[in-house]
Amino acid sequence: MRTEDLIKALDADISSKAMPLRSAWWLAAGMAVVVAAAVFWMTIGPRPDFMAAAHTMRFLAKFVFTIVLAASAFAFIRVLSTPGASTARALAWMAAAPLLVAVAVALELFMVPQALWGTRMVGSNMMICMGFIPLIGIGPLAIFLWMLRYGAPTRPVLAGTVAGLLAGGLAATFYAAHCFDDSPLFVATWYTIAIAALALLGALGGRFFVRW
Amino acid sequence: MSGKDEAELSRLMRAAIAGDEKAYADFLHRIAALIRGFVRRKIVQGGVDPEDVVQETLLAIHVKRHTWRQDAPVLPWVYAIARFKLIDAFRRRGRRIEIDVDDIAETFAEPETETVSERDVHRALDTLPPAQRSVVSAISVEGHSIGETAAKFGISETAVRVSLHRGLAAIAKRFGRQ
Repeated sequence: MRTEDLIKALDADISSKAMPLRSAWWLAAGMAVVVAAAVFWMTIGPRPDFMAAAHTMRFLAKFVFTIVLAASAFAFIRVLSTPGASTARALAWMAAAPLLVAVAVALELFMVPQALWGTRMVGSNMMICMGFIPLIGIGPLAIFLWMLRYGAPTRPVLAGTVAGLLAGGLAATFYAAHCFDDSPLFVATWYTIAIAALALLGALGGRFFVRW
Repeated sequence: MSGKDEAELSRLMRAAIAGDEKAYADFLHRIAALIRGFVRRKIVQGGVDPEDVVQETLLAIHVKRHTWRQDAPVLPWVYAIARFKLIDAFRRRGRRIEIDVDDIAETFAEPETETVSERDVHRALDTLPPAQRSVVSAISVEGHSIGETAAKFGISETAVRVSLHRGLAAIAKRFGRQ
């Protein structure tokens, strides 16, 4: 087939419509929140003393970390799924959540006596943390990988990894409402491991599933 | 490549997305020539036919046109897709090559004309279900309009559009990263 002939076929198909990628991403984000919320409420739900805990700095800080991670990953993945879009600024924002956690860890180490560092870090339910963050995040991750297929990521493995971080940030935001371990030492350790597991899964999805 | 071309091509693409077939044909012809110049410059050793990459890039541009933001310049988007399809073409043929990701050579790509030979897109056409294949062939190779194709096969214009759309999407998918 000559290129000239191919152009005739493409031209005849111009009237077919598809949702603009930007709108599709917001729709996908909404669906992912609904899926994550449903799994969260059907399984663990918020902790009983949620209202009292909401007055403590450490509890609230957890949401700052996870929401900043989700928001920066959402901005980054939208850029990554658009060919030719500049990634520099969105990439820089990805440092925000890790920096906030690092500052919180430093403050915690400063305020808490050294003898308690170990117990704060190990916490009381790290296995639940490592199980439920991936469980809540797996549905959203599937939605985001589908979205990457709908988009056109020129770096699919990186985009898949960011899909995992986005799903992880979202899942951790819900999980944080359940978790009794509020110390930044716990968050920096176990949340990170759980989110990294989703990021790894996302990278694999990007490698093998995101084709276009 | 000047800013004037960029503005003109963006305008054509916006008109095309709004449904203007003439603007789209114009856009595709001009873009094809630019991609051809870009790809030929990039392929220094043999093994990959530049025109295959041109066609695969045009298909990808078509099926992914909803990823272009209408307020952004269109050429960086076009060249990012062309570069991706070029790397993919080498990878599919089992060749490892280094392509300078931030190359600015594309800025100076000159339009070039096609050379004729057997095409991967044509081979992919042969793998389509018969109904889709005959519709895509009628419109591309034989150059019929949607209306003529509908009359030729005794089906509705809507059915022609659906077969054409699905056929093109299926061909584009075959060139996805393996």
